[in-house]
Amino acid sequence: MQRGGNAVTEGQDGVIMDDGLLRALRPGMIRFARLQLRDDELAEDVVQDALMAAMAGAKGFAGRAAFNTWVLAILRNKIADAIRLRSRSINISALAPEEEGLDQAFEALFKPNAHWSPQSRPRDWGDPEDSLQRDQFWIVFEACLKHLPENTSRIFMMREFLEFDTSEICKELAISSGNCHVILHRARNALRGCLEQSWFDKGEQTC
Amino acid sequence: MLSCKEVTRLLSESQDRELTLFEGLQLRMHLAMCKGCANFDRQMKFLRKASRQYAASVSRADRNDRSD
Repeated sequence: MQRGGNAVTEGQDGVIMDDGLLRALRPGMIRFARLQLRDDELAEDVVQDALMAAMAGAKGFAGRAAFNTWVLAILRNKIADAIRLRSRSINISALAPEEEGLDQAFEALFKPNAHWSPQSRPRDWGDPEDSLQRDQFWIVFEACLKHLPENTSRIFMMREFLEFDTSEICKELAISSGNCHVILHRARNALRGCLEQSWFDKGEQTC
Repeated sequence: MLSCKEVTRLLSESQDRELTLFEGLQLRMHLAMCKGCANFDRQMKFLRKASRQYAASVSRADRNDRSD
């Protein structure tokens, strides 16, 4: 925990805020925004906006955890705004070659009768919750997300990180709900495959 | 009877919408008999848990100290 030696800012209601607190949050916020926006400059802007809003609105938070949660909520809203603005200029429904590639890889997991082919049947990941405690797992998790095609990843993160309902996603991005489900299914399959290959198959087998 | 491919679709959609009674029934029957899909089911749930934890951890400075 970073403490001491930091400049203090007097919030509008006279709440003393530690600059170090916001500084400590910044790198994670930037990484989170970059992952979703795939535009470093925009990500910096969005985080800056969120931090300014956080500083301006800081009112007696009962402890650091509550404050952090609140800053994250601001960041999520700012990212959602940026995605909304940007979605007007991109065609989400168009299938990029990368997405077609993912669909082909998915189809290849099955026999002609649409049941798993023996070599690609999903394996038992053992106790995957243990992985959530490992820093190395999160590096693989981020790498797998970065590996997704842009639109696929954006919709997945809107759903899972920003916690939009699919109906909201459809509306924001002007796609059908059927298409939304197809894209989320594609994203989850790709992530599942990536985690299996890059993490779970590399660790100890627990068959 | 559902194919495994259809089961993966329903398992994904079950995270985004309420399945119909009939879909749920078909799904449960399939999962009871198919180990691959039962594993897939657990993996989808893990994926959600990991994603939610990832998003929440952005506000935890201890992970932010990690270099890129």
